Amino acid sequence: MKRLIVLALAALLASCSSDTVPRNTGVYMLIDTSGTYNEELIKAEQIIRFTLSRLDASDSFAVARIDTGSFSERDIIAKASFDDRPSAVNRQKRLFAEQVSNFVETAEPAPYTDITGGLLQAVEFLNEKGTGKKTILIFSDLKEDLEQGYIRDIDVPLEGFEVIALNVTKLRSDNIDPREYLGRLEEWQGRVEKTGGSWRVINDLDGLEGLL
Amino acid sequence: MSFMLGITPWPVASALLWIVLIIAALYLIRSTAHKTIQAAAQGLHRSFRMASKAVSRSETNLAARNRHVLLAAGREAKERIIEREFDRINETVRKDLANYSALHRSLSESIVRIEKDHQEAVDVPPDPPGWVKAVKAVADMDARDGRAHIGSILSDIHKSLIKAHKEAMASYHEASAKRHKLLRHMRPDWRKIQQTLGAVGKNVDSLLSRSVTIDRHMQEYEDIVHGQDRAMSVLSSSSLVNFFVSAFVLCIAIGGATINFSLIARPMAEMVGGTNLIGDFRTADIAALVIILVEISMGLFLMESLRITRLFPVIGALPDKTRVRMVYITFTILFLLASVEAGLAYMREVLLQDELATSALLRGEAAAALTATGEFMWITTAAQMGMGFILPFALVFVAIPLETFVHSLRTVLGLIGISFLRVVALALRVLANVFLYLGVLLKQVYDLPLFVPLWIEERMSRAEDGPARDQGLKGARL
Repeated sequence: MKRLIVLALAALLASCSSDTVPRNTGVYMLIDTSGTYNEELIKAEQIIRFTLSRLDASDSFAVARIDTGSFSERDIIAKASFDDRPSAVNRQKRLFAEQVSNFVETAEPAPYTDITGGLLQAVEFLNEKGTGKKTILIFSDLKEDLEQGYIRDIDVPLEGFEVIALNVTKLRSDNIDPREYLGRLEEWQGRVEKTGGSWRVINDLDGLEGLL
Repeated sequence: MSFMLGITPWPVASALLWIVLIIAALYLIRSTAHKTIQAAAQGLHRSFRMASKAVSRSETNLAARNRHVLLAAGREAKERIIEREFDRINETVRKDLANYSALHRSLSESIVRIEKDHQEAVDVPPDPPGWVKAVKAVADMDARDGRAHIGSILSDIHKSLIKAHKEAMASYHEASAKRHKLLRHMRPDWRKIQQTLGAVGKNVDSLLSRSVTIDRHMQEYEDIVHGQDRAMSVLSSSSLVNFFVSAFVLCIAIGGATINFSLIARPMAEMVGGTNLIGDFRTADIAALVIILVEISMGLFLMESLRITRLFPVIGALPDKTRVRMVYITFTILFLLASVEAGLAYMREVLLQDELATSALLRGEAAAALTATGEFMWITTAAQMGMGFILPFALVFVAIPLETFVHSLRTVLGLIGISFLRVVALALRVLANVFLYLGVLLKQVYDLPLFVPLWIEERMSRAEDGPARDQGLKGARL
């Protein structure tokens, strides 16, 4: 009988132990602020609000801008690891939305677009948070434009990550030669899937239900 | 196959040869094969018969046990009913007839008073008139002294008579008034006696009707004690009814507990965290469930302490003082838990409003976010708090259907078990017979390909029997 009780207690403790797989979600959103894409920030804000409404206690969320050199913590506009108390989560969400709103109002267009640097920063952030599900949202036209001297021809380790490109707008040159647009999408898909990540594109922002 | 058909140059001949060989072999071992089939069939038949008998015995034992359980439960229930009836009689006697001596004294006093008043109210005949003696004296004077003075004397007598008459009438009126007064005084005493006797009569009638009820219960109790079939069937059907009714009420209680759970599960996340897990379940959900289960347990203990249910004999057997203490303790814990639930229900509403406001803000509906906490929200808040406070007390009464369910479940399970065993026994008996006749059938099937040798054998035996029979006949004739 004693053995039975000890075994039952051990089973209970084992079930309570922290070795269980985390079930929370981590989302890192990269916002392209280069050139004319800066005008699309209102849409980005909507996506952020939608994402906030979908996240729950213990989830992590960060929004960072893509500019000349994006592999930097300074580019993070707002970040939050939500508390596990519902009331605190609501407060954090409201604060987060306010920070993003302030950024959208004051954002300046960047001369260059360092998407790879932003991806590296996202991977680093989400790995550090150790969330169960890791999602990177890229709100950009996916046209990388690096300043001279920046080296970004490196493989980003994206195993276990889901990368979703949002609102990939067509550039004027894409309209002239659509192969350029398709090639850009293909190139990014190849880069993501090559290192173990999964790739998705959502251009219709009215259908964000399947985002998370 | 080709080997078998190749033992002669002609396959047909080979096949025929094989058939003849096989039939010959089967014919040679026919007797042994028949015995084997017979033995196997008999063995299986006996095994299944034995199994069927064993199952039937189990069924009988279970039925006896079920009968015993049913009778014991019925006896206990009947004892409780009779005990309560006696309690009620005791209460009636204590309340209404305890002051019987005072009542008796009051009645006696009233009767004595009435007797006294009655005696005093007796009509007293007036005194004989005094003028009769006076007339006699006048008459005597008439004879002795002559008639000269008679006129004045009679005149005086007349005056005296009138005066005496007036006095007598006045005295009579006075006495009558006094008697009427006394009779008037008797009226409340009569009423009082009438009311008292009416109340006593009502109590006695109540006791008589209760005694009739007790007689009926006692008769049923005796039937149960003697284990009569009628009592058994009544108990069995009432047990089934109890089972279904209590199951229905328990389902309603489970619905109430679910509502209660949804009231406190969300705010529980505020206390123990919304993402902690124990196994595959959220800690907040488990905490809410534990609170509800503790409330139900307290309700059970409260009902036990009040001796409304008898699930725990230990509590029922406690000394009265300890039991009353237990009533207070369990009620206090229940009250505290109900208060906690009311608080959690309030917290739930606050969280809900906060969440609605945040969602509205995230959707970009700033106005909706501001008006999310409307002026009528206090109604839902109050309703939720009320439900949070009342539901724990309502769940206390789960103990009653639970007790009935537990008691009737034993009987119902017993009945199901008996039916199951009966079906199994029947199936085994049928199987036993199937194997018996299967043996007979197999023997017939075995003989089917051997019809040629069997026919020859029969002919030969007839041929052998023929001369013997002829000889026998001849012997008989001689």
